Amino acid sequence: MKHVDEFRDPALGQVLAGEILGLVEPGRHYKLMEVCGGHTHSIYKYGIDDLLPANVELVHGPGCPVCVIPMGRVDDGIALAHEPDVIFTCFGDMLRVPGSDGTLLDAKAEGADIRMVYSPLDALRIAKANPDRPVVFFAIGFETTAPSTALTLKRAKAEGVKNFFCMCNHVTIVPPLRALLDSPDLRLDGFIGPGHVSTVVGVRPFEFIPTEYGKPISVAGFEPLDVLHAIHMILTQLKEGRCEVENQYARVVPYDGNPRALEVMSEVFELRPHFEWRGMGFISQSGLKLSEAYADMDAEIQYSVPGIRVADPKACQCGEVLKGVIKPWECKVFGSGCTPERPIGTCMVSSEGACAAYYNYGRFAREREVV
Amino acid sequence: MCLGIPGRIVRRWVQDDGAILAEADFAGELRTVRLNYLPDLQVGDFTIVHAGFALTKLDPDEAARTTALMRDVGLLGPEGDEPLVVPADWIDRPAP
Repeated sequence: MKHVDEFRDPALGQVLAGEILGLVEPGRHYKLMEVCGGHTHSIYKYGIDDLLPANVELVHGPGCPVCVIPMGRVDDGIALAHEPDVIFTCFGDMLRVPGSDGTLLDAKAEGADIRMVYSPLDALRIAKANPDRPVVFFAIGFETTAPSTALTLKRAKAEGVKNFFCMCNHVTIVPPLRALLDSPDLRLDGFIGPGHVSTVVGVRPFEFIPTEYGKPISVAGFEPLDVLHAIHMILTQLKEGRCEVENQYARVVPYDGNPRALEVMSEVFELRPHFEWRGMGFISQSGLKLSEAYADMDAEIQYSVPGIRVADPKACQCGEVLKGVIKPWECKVFGSGCTPERPIGTCMVSSEGACAAYYNYGRFAREREVV
Repeated sequence: MCLGIPGRIVRRWVQDDGAILAEADFAGELRTVRLNYLPDLQVGDFTIVHAGFALTKLDPDEAARTTALMRDVGLLGPEGDEPLVVPADWIDRPAP
């Protein structure tokens, strides 16, 4: 497959891993965060962490759209799904996320009309095919999926579709990174930047990481060599005492992102004053809601949702996993009470979640000795 | 949502309502893609798609440059010696 196979070349991977070994100083511990759940998945699928020196530790970041949805929002979604006549639509991952009293799948089993879609446009299509029933789209995701929701809403408005509503849970990537950098829990040496969010927002929004916090970041692709190359770039910066934003994924990420997508997003969405993240609490200006021009399509305005803040289950440590404070296998219920078949926490539900990546690729436990 | 692989545009057309659509080949699987955010994509271009929308065009020159950079890493290691190669049985070895 063109533009994929050349980034999976095992021989070159071994060379890169060897060079990484040559870059690290013995006795120094390196903690690098891969922000995006897609990277976590690649790291465990391809065994990248096995190729790294023992003193290079990868910690998993908050960049998994399903994982960061707090329980209260799931409950709000389920309440909407139970409204009379409502057809509730969402991405497949979301169906299995537990709320305080069951999942959307459970609500479906109880009779709510809940349908899985691949794109918000599918939800709009359902709305047009059922003009006498309200159709709610439960929107989740970072800046990668927000443009598709924005365009769908714009189109619904242009076509005068009156029965299409959106419960907006879109979030932005910069505020949680800032929250992590401000947090005393975690001392990070550098970041593997989120490749696909950057296709929309560009590289510029990450400049605060080197300028304000003095940490290097390399925006990276998702193939195994991309991740190794990004690690090499970050460690080279650390060795040379440099600290800047580098773009390992230049083949896909333009410096300015996709200006058209940003323009449509700014027309359809506005920032919420604060939004709750699972395990991270409320973060200022980190979530999007529909702008005033789209208020008549905002499900949270048109319907009353409970809007109650629900604490995460006591046994679940998704919050610590999302902040990189613990590894998935260090969670008390990992692989026992919480499995992909019967998840307790979001990180085990989503295919991009760190716990699911560990579980699916057999990383049940892993102690590494630090040199 | 973030595991996009590049798809190659094999067909492109404009709908009656002005929307630009394309058919893209993702490793043999054909999917319809909307080009609202990248109206200039042409047949033969590679693109990354999220939730049905093409968000970025893959730049083949940059792809070649990145693979060349990776190869250079191996040729010009920290000491300028022969590249260090991690052997296949690395996992079973003790930490250095």
